Amino acid sequence: MNVLVVDDEKDMETLFQQRFRKEIREKTIDFFFASSGEDALYYLEKHTHEAVLILSDINMPGMSGLQLLKMIKQKFENPPPVVMMITAYGDDENYKQAMSLGADDFLTKPIDFNLLKDKLNTKINGKDISS
Amino acid sequence: MPLEPILAFFLIRYMRKNLRTFSPDLGWDKILTRAIYGVVILFVILFIVDHFLSVDKVTIWIWHLLLLAIVYISFTLPLFSRVRTVMVAVLPLIVLSLSGDILKSIDGNLYNRIETFIDIAFAVAITWMVAMLIKSTKQNKALEKERKRTLDEEERSRFIEAQKVELEIIVAERTAEITKQKDELQHTLTELKTTQTQLIHSEKMASLGELTAGIAHEIQNPLNFVNNFSEVNFELIEEMKNELLSGNTNEAVAIAENIKDNEKKIIHHGKRADAIVKGMLQHSRSSSGQKELTDINALADEYLRLSYHGLRAKDKSFNATMETHFDESLEKLKVIPQDVGRAFLNLFTNAFYAVSEKKNLAINTDVINGQAYVPTVIICTKKLNGKVQVSVRDNGMGIPKKALDKIFQPFFTTKPSGQGTGLGLSLSYEIITQGHGGDIRVETKEGEFAEFIIDLPTEK
Repeated sequence: MNVLVVDDEKDMETLFQQRFRKEIREKTIDFFFASSGEDALYYLEKHTHEAVLILSDINMPGMSGLQLLKMIKQKFENPPPVVMMITAYGDDENYKQAMSLGADDFLTKPIDFNLLKDKLNTKINGKDISS
Repeated sequence: MPLEPILAFFLIRYMRKNLRTFSPDLGWDKILTRAIYGVVILFVILFIVDHFLSVDKVTIWIWHLLLLAIVYISFTLPLFSRVRTVMVAVLPLIVLSLSGDILKSIDGNLYNRIETFIDIAFAVAITWMVAMLIKSTKQNKALEKERKRTLDEEERSRFIEAQKVELEIIVAERTAEITKQKDELQHTLTELKTTQTQLIHSEKMASLGELTAGIAHEIQNPLNFVNNFSEVNFELIEEMKNELLSGNTNEAVAIAENIKDNEKKIIHHGKRADAIVKGMLQHSRSSSGQKELTDINALADEYLRLSYHGLRAKDKSFNATMETHFDESLEKLKVIPQDVGRAFLNLFTNAFYAVSEKKNLAINTDVINGQAYVPTVIICTKKLNGKVQVSVRDNGMGIPKKALDKIFQPFFTTKPSGQGTGLGLSLSYEIITQGHGGDIRVETKEGEFAEFIIDLPTEK
Protein backbone atom coordinates (compact mmCIF):
# COMPACT_ATOMS: atom_id res chain seq x y z
CA MET A 1 0.00 0.00 0.00
CA ASN A 2 1.17 3.53 -0.76
CA VAL A 3 1.01 6.06 2.03
CA LEU A 4 1.55 9.73 1.26
CA VAL A 5 2.67 11.78 4.24
CA VAL A 6 2.10 15.53 3.90
CA ASP A 7 3.92 17.69 6.44
CA ASP A 8 6.04 20.81 6.24
CA GLU A 9 8.45 19.35 8.81
CA LYS A 10 11.10 17.60 6.74
CA ASP A 11 12.23 15.38 9.62
CA MET A 12 8.79 13.76 9.59
CA GLU A 13 10.11 11.72 6.67
CA THR A 14 13.05 10.31 8.69
CA LEU A 15 10.79 9.66 11.64
CA PHE A 16 8.25 7.70 9.57
CA GLN A 17 11.03 5.74 7.92
CA GLN A 18 12.41 4.80 11.32
CA ARG A 19 9.09 4.08 12.93
CA PHE A 20 7.88 1.92 10.06
CA ARG A 21 11.24 0.37 9.20
CA LYS A 22 9.84 -3.14 9.61
CA GLU A 23 6.85 -2.47 7.34
CA ILE A 24 9.13 -0.79 4.81
CA ARG A 25 11.57 -3.69 4.95
CA GLU A 26 8.75 -6.18 4.54
CA LYS A 27 7.24 -3.98 1.79
CA THR A 28 3.77 -3.95 3.33
CA ILE A 29 3.77 -0.15 3.14
CA ASP A 30 5.47 2.20 0.71
CA PHE A 31 5.94 5.73 2.03
CA PHE A 32 5.98 8.88 -0.06
CA PHE A 33 6.48 12.34 1.29
CA ALA A 34 5.27 15.82 0.35
CA SER A 35 6.21 18.96 2.26
CA SER A 36 3.19 21.00 1.22
CA GLY A 37 -0.37 20.67 0.00
CA GLU A 38 0.74 21.78 -3.45
CA ASP A 39 3.40 19.05 -3.56
CA ALA A 40 0.84 16.49 -2.45
CA LEU A 41 -1.57 17.44 -5.24
CA TYR A 42 1.28 17.25 -7.74
CA TYR A 43 2.09 13.73 -6.53
CA LEU A 44 -1.54 12.65 -6.72
CA GLU A 45 -1.89 14.01 -10.25
CA LYS A 46 1.07 11.86 -11.28
CA HIS A 47 -0.18 8.76 -9.55
CA THR A 48 -3.87 8.77 -10.41
CA HIS A 49 -5.72 5.50 -10.14
CA GLU A 50 -3.24 4.25 -7.56
CA ALA A 51 -4.81 3.44 -4.28
CA VAL A 52 -3.28 5.81 -1.81
CA LEU A 53 -3.72 6.51 1.85
CA ILE A 54 -2.97 10.11 2.73
CA LEU A 55 -1.73 11.32 6.11
CA SER A 56 -1.84 15.09 6.15
CA ASP A 57 -0.88 17.77 8.60
CA ILE A 58 -3.44 20.59 8.81
CA ASN A 59 -1.26 23.45 9.83
CA MET A 60 1.07 24.20 6.95
CA PRO A 61 2.23 27.36 5.24
CA GLY A 62 0.44 27.97 1.97
CA MET A 63 -2.34 25.51 1.30
CA SER A 64 -3.62 24.15 4.57
CA GLY A 65 -4.34 20.48 5.19
CA LEU A 66 -8.08 21.21 5.19
CA GLN A 67 -7.90 22.87 1.78
CA LEU A 68 -5.92 19.90 0.52
CA LEU A 69 -8.55 17.55 1.91
CA LYS A 70 -11.33 19.47 0.19
CA MET A 71 -9.53 19.39 -3.15
CA ILE A 72 -8.65 15.68 -2.88
CA LYS A 73 -12.26 14.77 -2.15
CA GLN A 74 -13.44 16.87 -5.12
CA LYS A 75 -10.83 15.81 -7.66
CA PHE A 76 -9.99 12.20 -6.97
CA GLU A 77 -13.02 9.97 -6.94
CA ASN A 78 -11.77 6.81 -8.50
CA PRO A 79 -10.61 5.22 -6.31
CA PRO A 80 -11.45 7.58 -3.42
CA PRO A 81 -8.31 7.97 -1.34
CA VAL A 82 -8.42 7.50 2.39
CA VAL A 83 -7.42 10.77 4.07
CA MET A 84 -6.34 10.90 7.70
CA MET A 85 -5.73 14.28 9.24
CA ILE A 86 -2.98 14.82 11.75
CA THR A 87 -2.81 18.10 13.61
CA ALA A 88 -1.27 19.76 16.61
CA TYR A 89 -4.56 21.62 17.12
CA GLY A 90 -6.90 18.87 18.20
CA ASP A 91 -9.80 21.18 18.93
CA ASP A 92 -13.46 20.64 18.10
CA GLU A 93 -13.51 23.24 15.38
CA ASN A 94 -10.73 21.58 13.42
CA TYR A 95 -12.21 18.12 13.99
CA LYS A 96 -15.71 19.11 12.80
CA GLN A 97 -14.35 20.89 9.78
CA ALA A 98 -12.16 17.94 8.83
CA MET A 99 -15.03 15.51 9.22
CA SER A 100 -17.48 17.65 7.26
CA LEU A 101 -14.93 17.83 4.45
CA GLY A 102 -14.84 14.04 4.38
CA ALA A 103 -11.78 13.11 6.38
CA ASP A 104 -11.61 9.39 7.16
CA ASP A 105 -9.83 9.84 10.44
CA PHE A 106 -8.46 12.49 12.75
CA LEU A 107 -5.27 12.13 14.78
CA THR A 108 -3.54 14.62 17.04
CA LYS A 109 0.13 15.33 17.47
CA PRO A 110 2.23 14.02 19.10
CA ILE A 111 1.51 11.04 16.88
CA ASP A 112 0.87 7.79 18.72
CA PHE A 113 2.71 5.54 16.29
CA ASN A 114 1.37 2.31 17.78
CA LEU A 115 -2.16 3.57 17.28
CA LEU A 116 -1.30 4.72 13.76
CA LYS A 117 0.24 1.34 12.96
CA ASP A 118 -2.92 -0.41 14.15
CA LYS A 119 -5.09 1.87 12.07
CA LEU A 120 -2.94 1.35 8.96
CA ASN A 121 -2.90 -2.41 9.47
CA THR A 122 -6.68 -2.40 9.82
CA LYS A 123 -6.98 -0.51 6.55
CA ILE A 124 -4.62 -2.94 4.83
CA ASN A 125 -6.12 -6.13 6.17
CA GLY A 126 -9.74 -5.21 6.78
CA LYS A 127 -10.64 -3.06 3.80
CA ASP A 128 -8.14 -4.57 1.44
CA ILE A 129 -6.93 -1.46 -0.30
CA SER A 130 -3.94 -2.96 -1.90
CA SER A 131 -2.45 -1.91 -5.21
CA MET B 1 -5.17 157.64 58.93
CA PRO B 2 -6.22 153.97 58.43
CA LEU B 3 -3.22 152.99 56.24
CA GLU B 4 -1.17 151.37 58.94
CA PRO B 5 -3.88 149.11 60.46
CA ILE B 6 -4.87 147.91 56.99
CA LEU B 7 -1.25 147.24 56.08
CA ALA B 8 -0.70 145.42 59.35
CA PHE B 9 -3.84 143.33 58.81
CA PHE B 10 -2.95 142.29 55.30
CA LEU B 11 0.73 141.71 56.01
CA ILE B 12 -0.02 139.37 58.91
CA ARG B 13 -2.61 137.52 56.81
CA TYR B 14 -0.14 137.25 53.96
CA MET B 15 2.50 135.89 56.32
CA ARG B 16 0.08 133.29 57.62
CA LYS B 17 -1.04 132.24 54.18
CA ASN B 18 2.55 132.03 53.00
CA LEU B 19 3.52 130.00 56.00
CA ARG B 20 0.62 127.57 55.48
CA THR B 21 1.50 127.04 51.85
CA PHE B 22 5.24 126.56 52.03
CA SER B 23 6.34 125.58 55.49
CA PRO B 24 3.48 124.70 57.83
CA ASP B 25 4.36 125.59 61.42
CA LEU B 26 1.59 125.05 63.96
CA GLY B 27 3.06 127.37 66.60
CA TRP B 28 3.47 130.36 64.32
CA ASP B 29 0.17 129.69 62.60
CA LYS B 30 -1.59 130.04 65.94
CA ILE B 31 0.32 133.23 66.83
CA LEU B 32 -0.46 134.83 63.46
CA THR B 33 -4.14 133.92 63.64
CA ARG B 34 -4.33 135.51 67.04
CA ALA B 35 -2.42 138.53 65.69
CA ILE B 36 -5.05 138.99 62.97
CA TYR B 37 -7.85 139.01 65.51
CA GLY B 38 -5.67 141.24 67.71
CA VAL B 39 -5.23 143.78 64.89
CA VAL B 40 -8.97 143.87 64.23
CA ILE B 41 -9.84 144.23 67.93
CA LEU B 42 -7.07 146.81 68.43
CA PHE B 43 -8.31 148.73 65.45
CA VAL B 44 -11.86 148.83 66.83
CA ILE B 45 -10.66 149.77 70.32
CA LEU B 46 -8.29 152.48 69.07
CA PHE B 47 -10.94 153.77 66.69
CA ILE B 48 -13.40 154.16 69.61
CA VAL B 49 -10.71 155.60 71.82
CA ASP B 50 -9.74 158.04 69.06
CA HIS B 51 -13.31 158.99 68.40
CA PHE B 52 -14.12 159.82 71.97
CA LEU B 53 -10.81 160.91 73.33
CA SER B 54 -9.11 162.29 70.24
CA VAL B 55 -5.75 160.76 71.09
CA ASP B 56 -4.96 160.42 67.44
CA LYS B 57 -1.38 161.34 68.00
CA VAL B 58 -0.80 158.44 70.36
CA THR B 59 -2.53 155.56 68.55
CA ILE B 60 -0.62 156.11 65.34
CA TRP B 61 2.62 155.14 67.10
CA ILE B 62 1.13 151.84 68.16
CA TRP B 63 0.49 150.97 64.53
CA HIS B 64 3.94 152.17 63.53
CA LEU B 65 5.52 149.98 66.19
CA LEU B 66 3.43 147.02 65.10
CA LEU B 67 4.48 147.43 61.49
CA LEU B 68 8.15 147.77 62.47
CA ALA B 69 7.81 144.61 64.51
CA ILE B 70 6.33 142.75 61.55
CA VAL B 71 9.14 143.92 59.26
CA TYR B 72 11.71 143.05 61.90
CA ILE B 73 10.33 139.54 62.39
CA SER B 74 10.16 139.00 58.64
CA PHE B 75 13.76 139.91 58.13
CA THR B 76 15.23 138.15 61.12
CA LEU B 77 13.41 134.78 61.20
CA PRO B 78 14.43 132.38 58.38
CA LEU B 79 10.93 130.96 58.54
CA PHE B 80 9.58 134.09 56.84
CA SER B 81 12.23 134.40 54.15
CA ARG B 82 9.55 134.06 51.50
CA VAL B 83 7.55 137.12 52.59
CA ARG B 84 10.58 139.41 52.37
CA THR B 85 9.79 140.52 48.81
CA VAL B 86 6.40 141.82 49.95
CA MET B 87 8.05 143.46 52.93
CA VAL B 88 10.51 145.18 50.60
CA ALA B 89 7.52 146.37 48.59
CA VAL B 90 5.76 147.97 51.56
CA LEU B 91 8.90 149.04 53.44
CA PRO B 92 9.30 152.47 51.73
CA LEU B 93 5.67 153.24 52.48
CA ILE B 94 6.06 152.28 56.14
CA VAL B 95 9.32 154.20 56.49
CA LEU B 96 7.90 157.21 54.71
CA SER B 97 4.73 157.22 56.83
CA LEU B 98 6.80 156.86 60.02
CA SER B 99 9.25 159.57 58.97
CA GLY B 100 6.35 161.86 58.04
CA ASP B 101 4.70 161.41 61.41
CA ILE B 102 8.01 161.90 63.26
CA LEU B 103 8.68 165.09 61.28
CA LYS B 104 5.12 166.26 61.86
CA SER B 105 5.46 165.90 65.59
CA ILE B 106 8.88 167.54 65.76
CA ASP B 107 8.48 170.39 63.34
CA GLY B 108 4.96 170.88 61.96
CA ASN B 109 5.96 173.91 59.89
CA LEU B 110 8.72 172.09 58.07
CA TYR B 111 6.34 169.26 57.42
CA ASN B 112 3.78 171.59 55.92
CA ARG B 113 6.44 173.24 53.78
CA ILE B 114 7.71 169.99 52.29
CA GLU B 115 4.30 168.28 52.22
CA THR B 116 4.24 168.39 48.45
CA PHE B 117 7.50 166.41 48.36
CA ILE B 118 6.20 164.01 50.93
CA ASP B 119 3.09 163.44 48.79
CA ILE B 120 5.28 162.83 45.78
CA ALA B 121 7.38 160.47 47.86
CA PHE B 122 4.18 158.68 48.91
CA ALA B 123 3.17 158.37 45.27
CA VAL B 124 6.59 156.93 44.43
CA ALA B 125 6.43 154.58 47.42
CA ILE B 126 2.96 153.39 46.42
CA THR B 127 4.09 152.91 42.81
CA TRP B 128 7.09 150.98 44.09
CA MET B 129 4.82 148.94 46.29
CA VAL B 130 2.44 148.10 43.43
CA ALA B 131 5.34 147.22 41.12
CA MET B 132 6.96 145.08 43.76
CA LEU B 133 3.67 143.35 44.58
CA ILE B 134 3.05 142.56 40.94
CA LYS B 135 6.57 141.16 40.72
CA SER B 136 6.08 139.24 43.91
CA THR B 137 2.77 137.83 42.69
CA LYS B 138 4.47 136.68 39.52
CA GLN B 139 7.27 135.17 41.51
CA ASN B 140 4.82 133.48 43.82
CA LYS B 141 2.87 132.11 40.91
CA ALA B 142 6.06 130.67 39.46
CA LEU B 143 6.98 129.29 42.84
CA GLU B 144 3.54 127.90 43.29
CA LYS B 145 3.79 126.25 39.91
CA GLU B 146 7.17 124.83 40.79
CA ARG B 147 5.85 123.63 44.11
CA LYS B 148 2.86 122.02 42.48
CA ARG B 149 5.10 120.31 40.01
CA THR B 150 7.30 119.00 42.80
CA LEU B 151 4.22 117.88 44.65
CA ASP B 152 2.88 116.23 41.54
CA GLU B 153 6.17 114.51 41.02
CA GLU B 154 6.27 113.36 44.58
CA GLU B 155 2.71 112.17 44.25
CA ARG B 156 3.58 110.36 41.07
CA SER B 157 6.70 108.76 42.50
CA ARG B 158 4.67 107.77 45.55
CA PHE B 159 2.08 106.31 43.21
CA ILE B 160 4.78 104.52 41.23
CA GLU B 161 6.32 103.26 44.44
CA ALA B 162 2.95 101.96 45.57
CA GLN B 163 2.40 100.37 42.20
CA LYS B 164 5.85 98.83 42.37
CA VAL B 165 5.08 97.29 45.71
CA GLU B 166 1.76 96.05 44.40
CA LEU B 167 3.43 94.66 41.30
CA GLU B 168 6.05 92.94 43.38
CA ILE B 169 3.33 91.27 45.39
CA ILE B 170 1.59 90.17 42.20
CA VAL B 171 4.89 88.96 40.77
CA ALA B 172 5.58 87.01 43.94
CA GLU B 173 2.10 85.48 43.75
CA ARG B 174 2.55 84.62 40.11
CA THR B 175 5.98 83.17 40.76
CA ALA B 176 4.56 81.02 43.51
CA GLU B 177 1.75 79.96 41.18
CA ILE B 178 4.14 79.17 38.36
CA THR B 179 6.46 77.29 40.68
CA LYS B 180 3.49 75.29 41.87
CA GLN B 181 2.42 74.59 38.31
CA LYS B 182 5.97 73.67 37.40
CA ASP B 183 6.10 71.22 40.29
CA GLU B 184 2.76 69.78 39.27
CA LEU B 185 3.92 69.44 35.67
CA GLN B 186 7.15 67.85 36.81
CA HIS B 187 5.11 65.40 38.82
CA THR B 188 2.82 64.70 35.89
CA LEU B 189 5.83 64.23 33.63
CA THR B 190 7.32 61.71 36.02
CA GLU B 191 3.98 59.92 36.15
CA LEU B 192 3.74 59.97 32.37
CA LYS B 193 7.21 58.54 32.04
CA THR B 194 6.31 55.77 34.43
CA THR B 195 3.10 55.14 32.51
CA GLN B 196 5.02 55.09 29.26
CA THR B 197 7.42 52.50 30.62
CA GLN B 198 4.48 50.46 31.85
CA LEU B 199 2.69 50.81 28.51
CA ILE B 200 5.75 49.70 26.59
CA HIS B 201 6.02 46.77 28.95
CA SER B 202 2.36 45.87 28.55
CA GLU B 203 2.69 46.18 24.79
CA LYS B 204 5.57 43.72 24.97
CA MET B 205 3.45 41.46 27.14
CA ALA B 206 0.50 41.78 24.76
CA SER B 207 2.65 40.78 21.82
CA LEU B 208 4.06 37.99 23.93
CA GLY B 209 0.48 36.86 24.55
CA GLU B 210 -0.10 36.83 20.81
CA LEU B 211 3.03 34.79 20.50
CA THR B 212 2.28 32.27 23.21
CA ALA B 213 0.22 29.98 21.03
CA GLY B 214 2.74 30.23 18.24
CA ILE B 215 5.53 29.50 20.64
CA ALA B 216 3.67 26.53 22.12
CA HIS B 217 3.16 25.13 18.64
CA GLU B 218 6.75 25.81 17.71
CA ILE B 219 8.04 24.08 20.82
CA GLN B 220 5.64 21.17 20.50
CA ASN B 221 7.02 20.14 17.13
CA PRO B 222 10.68 19.75 18.14
CA LEU B 223 9.61 18.11 21.40
CA ASN B 224 7.60 15.55 19.47
CA PHE B 225 10.65 14.78 17.39
CA VAL B 226 12.83 14.45 20.47
CA ASN B 227 10.33 12.06 22.05
CA ASN B 228 9.74 10.06 18.88
CA PHE B 229 13.37 9.67 17.91
CA SER B 230 14.21 8.71 21.48
CA GLU B 231 11.57 6.00 21.42
CA VAL B 232 12.83 4.77 18.06
CA ASN B 233 16.38 4.67 19.41
CA PHE B 234 15.17 2.67 22.41
CA GLU B 235 13.77 0.05 20.05
CA LEU B 236 16.83 0.19 17.80
CA ILE B 237 19.20 -0.41 20.70
CA GLU B 238 17.15 -3.47 21.64
CA GLU B 239 17.38 -4.70 18.06
CA MET B 240 21.10 -3.99 17.93
CA LYS B 241 21.61 -6.02 21.09
CA ASN B 242 19.79 -8.95 19.52
CA GLU B 243 21.84 -8.68 16.33
CA LEU B 244 25.06 -8.59 18.36
CA LEU B 245 23.99 -11.62 20.37
CA SER B 246 23.27 -13.42 17.10
CA GLY B 247 26.69 -12.40 15.82
CA ASN B 248 25.38 -10.20 12.98
CA THR B 249 27.98 -7.47 13.40
CA ASN B 250 27.32 -5.80 10.05
CA GLU B 251 23.61 -5.49 10.82
CA ALA B 252 24.45 -4.14 14.29
CA VAL B 253 26.76 -1.49 12.80
CA ALA B 254 24.02 -0.44 10.37
CA ILE B 255 21.62 -0.05 13.27
CA ALA B 256 24.24 1.89 15.25
CA GLU B 257 24.51 4.25 12.26
CA ASN B 258 20.76 4.78 12.41
CA ILE B 259 20.92 5.44 16.13
CA LYS B 260 23.64 8.01 15.52
CA ASP B 261 21.55 9.81 12.89
CA ASN B 262 18.58 9.80 15.21
CA GLU B 263 20.68 11.24 18.01
CA LYS B 264 21.67 14.05 15.66
CA LYS B 265 17.99 14.74 15.06
CA ILE B 266 17.32 14.70 18.80
CA ILE B 267 20.11 17.18 19.43
CA HIS B 268 18.96 19.37 16.54
CA HIS B 269 15.35 19.51 17.74
CA GLY B 270 16.36 19.94 21.36
CA LYS B 271 18.41 22.95 20.35
CA ARG B 272 15.53 24.23 18.28
CA ALA B 273 13.20 24.16 21.28
CA ASP B 274 15.92 25.73 23.36
CA ALA B 275 16.32 28.59 20.89
CA ILE B 276 12.57 29.22 20.86
CA VAL B 277 12.41 29.44 24.64
CA LYS B 278 15.44 31.73 24.67
CA GLY B 279 13.82 33.91 22.01
CA MET B 280 10.65 34.11 24.08
CA LEU B 281 12.60 35.13 27.14
CA GLN B 282 14.45 37.72 25.12
CA HIS B 283 11.22 39.10 23.86
CA SER B 284 9.68 39.53 27.28
CA ARG B 285 12.81 40.86 28.86
CA SER B 286 13.56 44.57 28.76
CA SER B 287 16.02 45.26 26.02
CA SER B 288 19.55 44.79 27.23
CA GLY B 289 20.50 47.37 24.61
CA GLN B 290 23.36 45.15 23.58
CA LYS B 291 23.95 45.10 19.85
CA GLU B 292 25.23 41.84 18.51
CA LEU B 293 25.97 40.39 15.10
CA THR B 294 22.66 38.97 13.94
CA ASP B 295 21.52 37.01 10.92
CA ILE B 296 18.64 39.18 9.73
CA ASN B 297 17.22 36.41 7.53
CA ALA B 298 17.08 33.95 10.42
CA LEU B 299 15.61 36.57 12.74
CA ALA B 300 12.89 37.47 10.24
CA ASP B 301 12.14 33.80 9.58
CA GLU B 302 11.86 32.98 13.29
CA TYR B 303 9.47 35.82 14.04
CA LEU B 304 7.49 35.12 10.88
CA ARG B 305 6.82 31.57 12.05
CA LEU B 306 5.98 32.68 15.57
CA SER B 307 3.62 35.33 14.30
CA TYR B 308 1.92 32.99 11.84
CA HIS B 309 1.39 30.19 14.33
CA GLY B 310 0.23 32.68 16.92
CA LEU B 311 -2.52 33.86 14.60
CA ARG B 312 -3.29 30.33 13.45
CA ALA B 313 -3.82 29.25 17.03
CA LYS B 314 -6.23 32.10 17.67
CA ASP B 315 -8.16 31.83 14.44
CA LYS B 316 -8.43 28.24 13.22
CA SER B 317 -9.71 29.25 9.82
CA PHE B 318 -6.85 31.65 9.28
CA ASN B 319 -4.45 30.73 6.57
CA ALA B 320 -2.02 32.67 4.45
CA THR B 321 0.62 32.03 1.89
CA MET B 322 4.01 33.15 3.07
CA GLU B 323 6.69 33.92 0.56
CA THR B 324 10.19 34.59 1.70
CA HIS B 325 12.82 35.97 -0.62
CA PHE B 326 15.92 36.06 1.51
CA ASP B 327 19.11 37.46 0.08
CA GLU B 328 21.56 34.77 1.14
CA SER B 329 24.54 37.07 0.55
CA LEU B 330 23.41 39.21 3.47
CA GLU B 331 26.15 39.77 6.01
CA LYS B 332 25.33 39.66 9.69
CA LEU B 333 24.25 43.03 11.08
CA LYS B 334 25.03 44.58 14.45
CA VAL B 335 21.58 45.04 15.93
CA ILE B 336 19.68 44.44 19.15
CA PRO B 337 18.02 41.17 18.07
CA GLN B 338 15.04 41.22 20.44
CA ASP B 339 14.24 44.84 19.47
CA VAL B 340 14.48 44.35 15.73
CA GLY B 341 12.63 41.04 16.20
CA ARG B 342 9.81 42.92 17.92
CA ALA B 343 9.68 45.42 15.04
CA PHE B 344 9.50 42.53 12.55
CA LEU B 345 6.85 40.81 14.63
CA ASN B 346 4.67 43.93 14.61
CA LEU B 347 4.92 44.20 10.84
CA PHE B 348 4.15 40.49 10.34
CA THR B 349 1.23 40.55 12.73
CA ASN B 350 -0.16 43.63 10.98
CA ALA B 351 0.30 42.01 7.58
CA PHE B 352 -1.48 38.82 8.66
CA TYR B 353 -4.21 40.88 10.28
CA ALA B 354 -4.67 42.84 7.03
CA VAL B 355 -4.98 39.75 4.86
CA SER B 356 -7.32 38.00 7.29
CA GLU B 357 -9.57 41.10 7.33
CA LYS B 358 -9.76 41.02 3.57
CA LYS B 359 -10.31 37.27 3.61
CA ASN B 360 -13.19 37.72 6.03
CA LEU B 361 -14.73 40.28 3.69
CA ALA B 362 -14.51 37.76 0.88
CA ILE B 363 -15.54 34.78 3.00
CA ASN B 364 -18.84 34.23 1.24
CA THR B 365 -17.61 34.39 -2.29
CA ASP B 366 -13.94 33.60 -1.81
CA VAL B 367 -13.54 35.73 -4.87
CA ILE B 368 -12.31 39.28 -5.31
CA ASN B 369 -12.39 40.96 -8.71
CA GLY B 370 -13.20 37.69 -10.38
CA GLN B 371 -10.19 35.91 -8.91
CA ALA B 372 -9.92 33.71 -5.88
CA TYR B 373 -8.33 35.72 -3.10
CA VAL B 374 -5.11 34.16 -1.83
CA PRO B 375 -3.96 35.92 1.33
CA THR B 376 -0.25 36.43 0.78
CA VAL B 377 2.51 37.91 2.85
CA ILE B 378 5.87 38.40 1.17
CA ILE B 379 9.07 38.99 3.08
CA CYS B 380 12.10 40.24 1.16
CA THR B 381 15.60 40.98 2.31
CA LYS B 382 18.00 42.80 0.04
CA LYS B 383 21.52 44.04 0.25
CA LEU B 384 21.74 47.64 -0.93
CA ASN B 385 24.55 50.15 -0.91
CA GLY B 386 25.43 50.72 2.75
CA LYS B 387 22.20 49.23 4.04
CA VAL B 388 20.06 46.16 4.32
CA GLN B 389 16.45 46.42 3.22
CA VAL B 390 13.72 44.30 4.70
CA SER B 391 10.27 44.62 3.19
CA VAL B 392 7.02 43.11 4.38
CA ARG B 393 4.31 43.19 1.79
CA ASP B 394 0.75 41.96 2.16
CA ASN B 395 -2.10 41.93 -0.32
CA GLY B 396 -4.61 42.89 2.38
CA MET B 397 -6.79 45.88 2.94
CA GLY B 398 -4.10 48.51 2.48
CA ILE B 399 -4.02 51.69 4.52
CA PRO B 400 -6.58 54.48 3.99
CA LYS B 401 -5.06 57.83 3.04
CA LYS B 402 -6.40 59.62 6.10
CA ALA B 403 -4.72 57.11 8.41
CA LEU B 404 -1.43 57.11 6.57
CA ASP B 405 0.30 59.94 8.41
CA LYS B 406 -0.90 58.65 11.78
CA ILE B 407 0.13 55.02 11.66
CA PHE B 408 3.46 55.59 13.39
CA GLN B 409 1.87 57.69 16.14
CA PRO B 410 1.53 56.10 19.56
CA PHE B 411 -1.98 54.82 20.40
CA PHE B 412 -3.21 55.06 16.83
CA THR B 413 -5.00 51.86 15.92
CA THR B 414 -7.65 50.83 13.45
CA LYS B 415 -8.41 47.64 15.33
CA PRO B 416 -11.58 47.46 17.43
CA SER B 417 -10.99 48.85 20.91
CA GLY B 418 -9.35 46.37 23.22
CA GLN B 419 -7.70 44.48 20.41
CA GLY B 420 -4.68 46.65 19.78
CA THR B 421 -2.59 48.84 22.02
CA GLY B 422 -1.80 51.20 19.16
CA LEU B 423 1.82 51.05 20.19
CA GLY B 424 3.10 48.38 17.81
CA LEU B 425 4.10 50.53 14.87
CA SER B 426 5.20 53.48 16.97
CA LEU B 427 7.51 51.17 18.92
CA SER B 428 8.76 49.61 15.69
CA TYR B 429 9.42 53.08 14.36
CA GLU B 430 11.37 54.01 17.46
CA ILE B 431 13.38 50.79 17.39
CA ILE B 432 14.34 51.19 13.74
CA THR B 433 14.99 54.95 13.61
CA GLN B 434 16.28 55.84 17.05
CA GLY B 435 17.63 52.50 18.11
CA HIS B 436 19.36 51.55 14.91
CA GLY B 437 19.68 54.72 12.83
CA GLY B 438 17.55 53.15 10.12
CA ASP B 439 14.40 54.12 8.32
CA ILE B 440 10.92 52.68 8.08
CA ARG B 441 8.34 53.71 5.53
CA VAL B 442 5.21 52.41 3.93
CA GLU B 443 3.81 52.11 0.45
CA THR B 444 0.20 51.22 0.06
CA LYS B 445 -2.87 51.23 -2.13
CA GLU B 446 -6.13 51.11 -0.31
CA GLY B 447 -7.88 47.78 -0.74
CA GLU B 448 -4.92 46.25 -2.57
CA PHE B 449 -1.67 46.09 -0.67
CA ALA B 450 0.58 47.54 1.99
CA GLU B 451 4.34 47.27 2.02
CA PHE B 452 6.49 48.26 4.95
CA ILE B 453 10.10 48.86 4.07
CA ILE B 454 12.84 48.89 6.67
CA ASP B 455 16.33 50.13 5.91
CA LEU B 456 19.04 49.17 8.36
CA PRO B 457 22.47 50.73 7.90
CA THR B 458 25.40 48.33 7.70
CA GLU B 459 27.73 49.61 10.38
CA LYS B 460 31.38 49.98 9.56
